[in-house]
Amino acid sequence: MMLLSVDISMVLEKLLLIVVVISASLVIAMYTTFAERKVAAILQDRRGPNRAGPFGLLQPLADGLKLFFKEEIIPAFSSKFLFILGPALAMLTAMMTSAVIPWGGTIELFGRKIDLQIADVNIGVLYVFGVVSLGVYGIMIGSWASNNKFSLLGGLRAASQIISYELAMGISMIALLMVTGTLSLKEMVDLQQASYWNIVYQPLGFLIFLICAFAECNRTPFDLPEAENELIGGYHTEYSSMKLGFFLFSEYINMFISSVIMSTLYFGGYDIPFINEAAMFSPNVVAIIGIAALMAKTSFFIFVFMWVRWTIPRFRYDQLMYLGWRILIPLALFNMLATGGAVLYFK
Amino acid sequence: MNITTLVFILLSVMAVGSALMMIASKSPVHSVLWLIVVFFAISGHYILLNAQFLAIVNIIVYAGAIMVLFLFVVMLMNLNADTEPIKNYRLQLIGVISGGTLLLIILSAVMKIDVEQMVEMKTGDAGLIKSLGFNLFKNYVLPFEISSVLFLSAMIGAVIIGKKDEITHEG
Repeated sequence: MMLLSVDISMVLEKLLLIVVVISASLVIAMYTTFAERKVAAILQDRRGPNRAGPFGLLQPLADGLKLFFKEEIIPAFSSKFLFILGPALAMLTAMMTSAVIPWGGTIELFGRKIDLQIADVNIGVLYVFGVVSLGVYGIMIGSWASNNKFSLLGGLRAASQIISYELAMGISMIALLMVTGTLSLKEMVDLQQASYWNIVYQPLGFLIFLICAFAECNRTPFDLPEAENELIGGYHTEYSSMKLGFFLFSEYINMFISSVIMSTLYFGGYDIPFINEAAMFSPNVVAIIGIAALMAKTSFFIFVFMWVRWTIPRFRYDQLMYLGWRILIPLALFNMLATGGAVLYFK
Repeated sequence: MNITTLVFILLSVMAVGSALMMIASKSPVHSVLWLIVVFFAISGHYILLNAQFLAIVNIIVYAGAIMVLFLFVVMLMNLNADTEPIKNYRLQLIGVISGGTLLLIILSAVMKIDVEQMVEMKTGDAGLIKSLGFNLFKNYVLPFEISSVLFLSAMIGAVIIGKKDEITHEG
């Protein structure tokens, strides 16, 4: 029975790419936790973790090992299945976005051209947006299954926060789509390589997107779902062991992925500024330099995430809602109208 | 049997099965979660029909926003089988009649389907965003605008309801 009429080597290639991308995201997220502690230490004039291995480089491994060996506690009267589903979903939705990101150009290996992108779907931006909107389920389900009032409050905060900031994020994305005229992330990067980066056309849109990304990742100053001095631990109060680790870890993966998305949408993706790299090196070298360029931009944004966390104190909940509904959404609408007018006038 | 048929059968089983589970679940939270699975299965069907835009919008709007609000309300009210009011005989009868009528209408529509002319799968560009945009803003611009007015009025209504509460609260 000929069930699959697809190219087997293509399937292998994509499978390999998925494994590489997922494991790379996991390792990068692991070292982001280390970087966070180091950056916090530098900003607070401390040394930070420096005991495990040279410069404390083995610290994330030690942390992971510690989490694995912790006792696992599942609270009584909670739905056990949903309690486990919560952190699993949080991790899943954090990883799913990486499927549509163009990580680099094209590599030629053994006579095959391999696109460094898992799926070039023609609705890439909407896919990202869809996965972001699903991201809240892990937190909500986990918090409800915990059967704890503090957890539930954290989950409800997360839900209303993410829905509120999704609107402004979506509207700022619409303005970007008006400029580029495509929904494919790959085409967006190609356009930026040919011309200026989108940040030139959409500075206000980028600012709105950045603020919303902070809120969507539950990062300080918008980390109200886990505000530890009001809600103990927020949505993950009842979690222990590696399930807690999954929740904490998914935050770092989200941070990494949203940094990549910001670099791709507004800062040219794997484009290297000011030089025409395609004319200078062979395609494979260009692709590798492209990946390095994307990672450099991403690292900068991850640093901005940490910088803000250790600089700006947490918002009050009404301030958060005020910022989202009364400032960011009108600003995003204004940005969309202005962009639409400009596109109509110039094109 | 090719791969498309296989995927179609898988998605259909998933959709119908989760819909049944949604009705059968005792806990409202489980019902909401099963409903989300139904939406995913339907989005899968849209992708089979090459309507990617519709598929992803279905996920963003229904699974991503509306169901989050459903879950929000169900969790906040902490509904469960104990607090559910026992509906009386007359209400149950009304429910059976209205549900049966809907079933009849759907059945009569399904019976009329010409099996020879099945939908074209994975072909055509009717569901792609470009053709959708051209259709909405050229051929069907008036109905589109009218529905947007409807949305606007619903939005204003929601704001007024929210404001009313605020005024009585302060005064």
